[in-house]
Amino acid sequence: MKQLLILSGKGGTGKTTIASAFIKLSNAKAYADCDVDAPNLHLIIGQRSEPKRTDYYGLPKAEVNPERCMECDQCRQNCRFDAISVGKTYEVNPFACEGCGVCEYVCPVDAISLKPAIAGELMLYTNKEKVFSTAQLKMGSGTSGMLVTEVKKQMKIATSDTELAIIDGSPGIGCPVIASISGVDMVLVVAEPSISGISDMERIIKTAEKFGTKIAICINKFDTNYVNTEQIELFCKNKGLTFVGKIPFDSDAVKAINNGQTIVDINCASGLAVREVYNKTMEGLFEGDNE
Amino acid sequence: MARSAINMKIAVLSGKGGTGKTLVSVNLAAVAQKSTYIDCDVEEPNGHLFFEPIDVQEEEVSVKIPQVDNERCNGCRKCVDFCKFNALAYIKDKLIIFEEICHSCGGCIMLCPEKALTEKEKSIGKIQRGISNEVAVYTGILNTGEASGIPIIKELLVDNRSQADEQTFIDCPPGSACIVMESIKDADYCVLVAEPTLFGVHNLNMVYELVKLFNKPFGVVLNKCLEGENQAEKFCLEKNIKILGRLPFDSELGMLNSNGEIVARKSKKYCAIFSDLLETVKKEVQYETTTNS
Repeated sequence: MKQLLILSGKGGTGKTTIASAFIKLSNAKAYADCDVDAPNLHLIIGQRSEPKRTDYYGLPKAEVNPERCMECDQCRQNCRFDAISVGKTYEVNPFACEGCGVCEYVCPVDAISLKPAIAGELMLYTNKEKVFSTAQLKMGSGTSGMLVTEVKKQMKIATSDTELAIIDGSPGIGCPVIASISGVDMVLVVAEPSISGISDMERIIKTAEKFGTKIAICINKFDTNYVNTEQIELFCKNKGLTFVGKIPFDSDAVKAINNGQTIVDINCASGLAVREVYNKTMEGLFEGDNE
Repeated sequence: MARSAINMKIAVLSGKGGTGKTLVSVNLAAVAQKSTYIDCDVEEPNGHLFFEPIDVQEEEVSVKIPQVDNERCNGCRKCVDFCKFNALAYIKDKLIIFEEICHSCGGCIMLCPEKALTEKEKSIGKIQRGISNEVAVYTGILNTGEASGIPIIKELLVDNRSQADEQTFIDCPPGSACIVMESIKDADYCVLVAEPTLFGVHNLNMVYELVKLFNKPFGVVLNKCLEGENQAEKFCLEKNIKILGRLPFDSELGMLNSNGEIVARKSKKYCAIFSDLLETVKKEVQYETTTNS
């Protein structure tokens, strides 16, 4: 199975819009939303069936038993995450606690224990031989990288022998993005022709390069700034990066999304352009396979 | 005493990326004139591209990670068993440390019976300080390939950063995870930037839950407003959320912004729009701080 991951660095450049169009065009049997922090793919590639839901346990959280605690302050002094505070009793802030277990270790009277904590929910939709894996991280939670890994694992386990999986990624370059890159065959970067978009594109490319993953670039809303679009194309050329096309700004795209449709479900300019991008991306993804 | 409203920290966040957090926070700081702008979107910092600050000073941000003295390590594996993050492994008679997975908790060093582990500093990124007109610009930049920017955000928000009688604008990362929570922790007020799409509303709902969870007073700026029904506006009306202002979908704004220009410094119209928005935000903060103290 070839896995295509869609990333952008900057948020709001059109990852989900393009991912959903690709899923429609390819009729992919497996797809996933790795933006566990703000998942949106399900809104547009909705499946009618109810998903199988699984609680996701992140790392455990420390808990102080006030009856045992002798207020020696060792836990507070040794916590690197400032997660322990003293009010009437010693208390752990579950949002700051990373579950490292140092407090439990230093406590001389065994007043601290690590308790399992739910950090999110995994959802798996399976129908008509299609598998859609997604998740939602709990507010303010850490360990989003681990949840991303679970989303991909869940998709793989549920999928039997299929050619292609399409994965919608998250913005940024940090832990959820790094977790999503691991093991994929190609990253498609959706760039935006703005000064911010270019800077963010360069950073996500650098990140993907560190993992040695194949990279392709497309530009969304290219007609909103021709000068910057040209600069991105030139950048790709100079760096020898695969450029797979550009998509115009299209108010019909907004309408389609707001109706819960992909841009290839309606007849619109962005829908036409994304087909080109799709074909070129697939060429790149499967390149060299039939040799 | 209520915190004086002239010295306030305002966090700008959105859930969804690309809704206009940087646009709003940069322009609010610009119209406030003497103010502080802090870019906490350390994975993809963009505010500095608009401010182009001068007199930039740089400071490395590092975390503490373990290093092993193989002469002393006797292979007891206590550290390996202890590490909840699986950042240590004992393979082929050698202790291996996976630096990028380490959370710097210090546990392994503390419990090694042979004192074979010590800490070393590892740079994960940097903070740049500069000035743009009268705005003090702080930018956190995470090195590519690093997993967590939280130590940089913590360093950025160290209390003594802002001068007494001015406003601080915190440009947050997208999402609603730990990194956003860290960014809004000390904020007096949160400005949520929403766009009128199905995705925008869904993600607005998430940050709305987040600010409620942390008991932060907040209001919404509606960006990219077109004629016709605005789903984000509808959401605000239903939930009785204060709408602080509206920014139109406008190609002039889009062009200036995509070229890295600060619209409030380039266009009288936008200077007026952001000045009004700033006044509204200030009034809201004043109201919140006086009623809640």
